[in-house]
Amino acid sequence: MASRVTEPAPREEIRPAASTLMLGRGKRYLKDRLIGSLLFLAALSSVGVTTGIVAILVFESAPFFGHVSLWEFLTDTIWTPLFADPHYGILPLVSGTLVTTGVALAVALPVGTMIAIYLSEYAPFALREIIKPVLELLSAVPTVVYGYFALLFVTPLLQRLFPELPTFSMLSAGIVMGVMIIPYVSSLSEDAMRAVPMLLREGAYALGANKMITSIRVVYPAALSGIGAAYILGISRAIGETMIVAIAAGMQPNFTLNPAQPAATITAYIVQVSMGDLPHGSIGYQSIFAAGLTLFLMTLGFNILGHMLRKRFREAY
Amino acid sequence: MTDTSRLIARRRRQDLVFNVAGVVCTLLGIITLGALLVDLLWAGLTRINWQFLTSFPSRNAANAGVLSAWVGSLLLMLVTVSLAVPLGVAAGVYLEEYARKHWITTIIEINIANLAGVPSIIYGLMALGLLVYQFHLGQTLLVGGITLALLILPVVIVATREALRAIPIGIREAAYALGATRWQVIKDHLLPYSAGGIATGTIIAMSRAIGETAPLVTIGALTFIAFLPPSPVQAEFPFVNLRWLNSPFSVLPIQMFNWVSRPTPDFHRNAAAAGLVLILMTLSLNAAAIAIRYRLRRRIKW
Repeated sequence: MASRVTEPAPREEIRPAASTLMLGRGKRYLKDRLIGSLLFLAALSSVGVTTGIVAILVFESAPFFGHVSLWEFLTDTIWTPLFADPHYGILPLVSGTLVTTGVALAVALPVGTMIAIYLSEYAPFALREIIKPVLELLSAVPTVVYGYFALLFVTPLLQRLFPELPTFSMLSAGIVMGVMIIPYVSSLSEDAMRAVPMLLREGAYALGANKMITSIRVVYPAALSGIGAAYILGISRAIGETMIVAIAAGMQPNFTLNPAQPAATITAYIVQVSMGDLPHGSIGYQSIFAAGLTLFLMTLGFNILGHMLRKRFREAY
Repeated sequence: MTDTSRLIARRRRQDLVFNVAGVVCTLLGIITLGALLVDLLWAGLTRINWQFLTSFPSRNAANAGVLSAWVGSLLLMLVTVSLAVPLGVAAGVYLEEYARKHWITTIIEINIANLAGVPSIIYGLMALGLLVYQFHLGQTLLVGGITLALLILPVVIVATREALRAIPIGIREAAYALGATRWQVIKDHLLPYSAGGIATGTIIAMSRAIGETAPLVTIGALTFIAFLPPSPVQAEFPFVNLRWLNSPFSVLPIQMFNWVSRPTPDFHRNAAAAGLVLILMTLSLNAAAIAIRYRLRRRIKW
């Protein structure tokens, strides 16, 4: 027994045990580092998506701009890339996009803001907890269903008021699009208003203001950058919205600012061309990427603006 | 005195009017939602029956159905989720648990915020140019799934980050104090605790993705599909096959778009019925998300 104790064997047994523990530690940390790098690659893949989007838009529309001068693209008022006598002016598509967006905002901004003020300043807590998710369902309805609703419910309804309204109109598409973006505006605006410190409201009440004055003169301005970010999110949704306008606003490019007329938006044009069978590399195929690039730049501008506003909003209090 | 009380009364009236205006606006939103649902039910409910759910599209409105469309929608969601969840959760875990403040991480964060604002049709153009024509993957379920997965990726990332942020720092510190590595903390503690939050966010994202039409039209998903993709399960070993990924497909929103675009009222009724099936899918996904969130709120007390 004693001899066994003095034998080096047990020490030998401990040593490997100790070193496997150390080795295990090293392995574990190596594994940790490895997984860390894998996760980093996953995070980096989102940058890859953006790069892919920009690269494809530029790469596929480059031949288009080799064929069509940028000046013609931006100033010609006729868009007929698929006709025998082709014109490549993006303006009619831009005007269609801006008019439908304008109509949508004329609906969504006032209504969304009023809802936000009501829910944040007036509504009892229990009511707010019910109404908010119900309103958010408005943005969960698939846009193709909204398109159906615009074409087969809202347009006939409007035609009773204005009998001369055509079957396809930017007005009806825009109104329905406005309803769709109400929750984007109201939810974010309400969050911003509820973040306004109670003290500001109490100050206003102490000076004799009622809730309406407090809401309009104190809470709304204090939350303005957050509300602005909500508005911009709404704008960028409306610009990029596709199915409602493709179904209800018609697909003919039409350089007009009159919402009672049919017109194609940038997105509707892309859908219309995609539904047909255009050969890869033809000018028509390239033109949807040029249109897509225009759309991407428009929404990117608004997204950056919204990002800046949100940053200011966070630093406010 | 009377002046003051009159002023107060006027202010009260003013306030009441404003309050009523707020209620009216709120009702406006809810009534529109109601009108939309009633309109769909009115036009489409009688059209929904077994024949409608088990038939392929047809030139004859009365014989047409949504079989290939709803099967396509479900399979497409399967592809989308199995791509978006691993990638999105991994990215979210990295940004929340591993990333140090570094210019690369700042770029990644700004980039994710911007991606969330890119119109869905742009994703379709990217998939058309890159996946269909550069990689020659064809207009298949796989390409559609990749497109929608990239589309909902920002939502999954943000949901993961928020769920992780809600876990108290003490949990991490306790695990580290026992000698756990970062990955062990994540795998054994953070991911299980945040699973509910991630699931909620993912399901909400899916309810958006299942109604997406534009990017799928852009990559050239077909509207007239009179066959089903090969079954993902088979009787022989290895019991699953992936051939269905390379199958052309249609989905409910595209089928509905096709029917809406036709001039005859019979097809419009079909469109309404397809819309009802689609809304039912969307709403049940939303309901599932709400249920998970509710259970989570009750169960977890840090």
